[in-house]
Amino acid sequence: MSFEPRIVAFVCNWCTYTGADLAGTSRLPMSTSVRIVRLPCTGRIDPLFVVKAFERGADGVIVSGCHPGDCHYTEGNYHARRRFRLFKELLDFTGVDSERVTFSWVSASQGQKWADVVNETTERIRGLGPFDGYPGVERGEVA
Amino acid sequence: MARIGVFVCHCGENIARTVDCAAVAGNLADHPSVVCSVDYKYMCSDPGQNLIKQSVKDHQLDGVVVAACSPHMHMKTFRRASLQAGLNPYLVEMANIREHCAWIHERTPETTVKATDLARAMVEKVKQNVPLDPILIPVTRTALVIGGGIAGIQAALDIAEAGRDVIIVEKEPSLGGHMSQLSETFPTLDCSQCILTPRMVDAYQHPRIKLYTYSEVEKLEGYIGNFEVTIRKKGRSVDIDSCTGCGACMEVCPSKKAPDEFDMGLRTRTAIYTPFPQAVPNKPVIDREHCLHYKAEVRALARGKPVRAICQKCAKVCASNSISFDGGDELVKEKVGAVVVATGFQLYEVGKDQPEPYLKGYGEYGYGEDPDIVDGLQFERLASASGPTGGKILCPSNGEPPKTIVFIQCTGSRDAAKGIEYCSGVCCMYTAKHAMLYQHSVQGGRSVVFYMDIRATGKGYDAFTRRAAEDSGAEYVRGRVSSIYRHDGKLVVKGVDTLGGEPMTVQADMVVLATAIRPQPGIKQLAQKLSISYDQHGFLNEAHPKLRPVETNTAGIFLAGCSQAPRDIPDSVAMASATAAKVLALFSRAELEREPQVAKVDQITCSGCFHCERACPYGAVEHLEVKDRRGNVIRVIAQINPGVCQGCGTCVANCPSRSIELDGFTDSQVFASIQALSL
Repeated sequence: MSFEPRIVAFVCNWCTYTGADLAGTSRLPMSTSVRIVRLPCTGRIDPLFVVKAFERGADGVIVSGCHPGDCHYTEGNYHARRRFRLFKELLDFTGVDSERVTFSWVSASQGQKWADVVNETTERIRGLGPFDGYPGVERGEVA
Repeated sequence: MARIGVFVCHCGENIARTVDCAAVAGNLADHPSVVCSVDYKYMCSDPGQNLIKQSVKDHQLDGVVVAACSPHMHMKTFRRASLQAGLNPYLVEMANIREHCAWIHERTPETTVKATDLARAMVEKVKQNVPLDPILIPVTRTALVIGGGIAGIQAALDIAEAGRDVIIVEKEPSLGGHMSQLSETFPTLDCSQCILTPRMVDAYQHPRIKLYTYSEVEKLEGYIGNFEVTIRKKGRSVDIDSCTGCGACMEVCPSKKAPDEFDMGLRTRTAIYTPFPQAVPNKPVIDREHCLHYKAEVRALARGKPVRAICQKCAKVCASNSISFDGGDELVKEKVGAVVVATGFQLYEVGKDQPEPYLKGYGEYGYGEDPDIVDGLQFERLASASGPTGGKILCPSNGEPPKTIVFIQCTGSRDAAKGIEYCSGVCCMYTAKHAMLYQHSVQGGRSVVFYMDIRATGKGYDAFTRRAAEDSGAEYVRGRVSSIYRHDGKLVVKGVDTLGGEPMTVQADMVVLATAIRPQPGIKQLAQKLSISYDQHGFLNEAHPKLRPVETNTAGIFLAGCSQAPRDIPDSVAMASATAAKVLALFSRAELEREPQVAKVDQITCSGCFHCERACPYGAVEHLEVKDRRGNVIRVIAQINPGVCQGCGTCVANCPSRSIELDGFTDSQVFASIQALSL
């Protein structure tokens, strides 16, 4: 049996969570790999959440929120964008292939885009194989 | 030890078709914190809700997880049910196993594993939920209306008529706005001032409306229900309480060369003036830029010389001693609970000099260089009975009636190359009106209208433009004009008739440009003072383009009229009334209930770096001084105003010392959720 990745998605409540709801209402088939953690805004997403997800055993992470300019809270997504621009480099430094993290904008009306993000990320992680944990760090040591 | 109840919904067959709901309930029943775990066909039905309520009582639950549809669908339902059972509603969470699981996956064991995972993550989260009560904030039931045009007047009157106090701040010396400059209004051709001035007087005399003319908003502090506005009352030099409005001062004023703004520069006025005869209040103001005394004062101050009284003829003739040259600007503070922004528009001045680099102007049309090339508002003044020509349409250059006149629509609008790609909405209609007014005024005259499309979508609008194009005598030509220049005393208008497929030249006496509507100058600075957003052109952003068109993203601040987008009088009035309804709904109770999921600062660990303050989109972070017993300030830390905080959590993730938590989405709750997933 092929490797089935585990992916944690951190999404904002207003755009991507609602977009994922729309994907459900539209019955768009998706891989079972993704588990969504709902947060009010991408601005709330602490990079440590991503670190923790990998430490816990996730093979990939999706961070998604409102498109620039559409943030329910005006500008939380801009903070998130800047934060994750820096964070990706830190990930590479810690030995995690930054390809394992997808950062995307999915609006409340983009059910199909959400399905695409989930399926494309799943395919990509499948190609990368399982995440073996942080080099030299035991499970349970992070956060 | 937590006592959590888990309720797994089948949603008929919607969830149960692909998820083994009984297995999910069984899996969660083994969780050490779960004391009851059941599945049921329809959890949102009355029996389903009763099942939850009964379980809360029977098992003394201190947390509830409903694994069902999206929380956007039924969170309120289940929170209400738990409240009825005596459990704080914020101890309820939902796991979305329908939209995010059952509907998008096949029936496989993996789907049930995922549903279990999602429910377990919520169990771990709800264990750390705390009971929360709605935040109550007092509401000052007075509205501030910025702008005294037709939108502002309508909003103010509606609010005042409903029994709430209103403060209008108008930057010009009189109420009225652009509508007071119009000659007639489409599509009825009734006189603009005849329908507007009674409203202006109503607003002025209304016992619940306080009027600040010749004033601007300096600063706005506070939050919904509790704003404090600082208003700058510009030095008027005339005491409007004692002034009788007799006008003697204006007759003696020797400075007569100031451009008359109300008449769009088509004539001049004195330095002490009322903008127009029906001004409200009908009391003059001294234009300090053109007054001889103030000009001398500026010169004297620049040279470091003493200020002497120059001229002051107006003060000498004033029978009520209302004129004083001593006072300057005055700042006053008012407490208000809601703000209506009705600042209106300005026309795109399409000459060569432009205020913004992206605006290119129409140098090829010669606006601002040739007096017979005018814009729409100037034509309104020429056509108005109270205007510089007494309502006769005459060329500004020679005072003769124009035998041939050309109207050019979409000058600036719908022309991305010139900086504005949007449609200004009103120009098709007012150009049709202008063409009709011209044909009525100048017997035997020829009018040519260059248009791109005719957009006339309001009630009676299409019939009106058809009347203009088919019956009034105006020639409608579909096409653009490339240049206008003066030759042999005539304005040569070079255009193209795209339907005929031929270039076209008109020898005209006057050209009227239907220039684009732009937001008021200074709108961006005002938006920054109010913490509201604007689009790339400076029009203020509504909270939602369809469902919240008159609200802004800052609670308690509302929009009306052209401040939000170009619109005509009926739409501005309708929007103003909609805004008034929103304000009155806010004022319907003395206290406001707010979602209690807001950020809180740990006062022990906060280092006072104020990264949170820079991250907060709402200005909710305040400075709290921590004092010792003697009252000395030891340190300054952050404090979040729960009335302003909207609960986005951006400050939480930005805090370097992890001293901020957001109720309902704390770090440890998110970590616990991640930990609960079988990864």
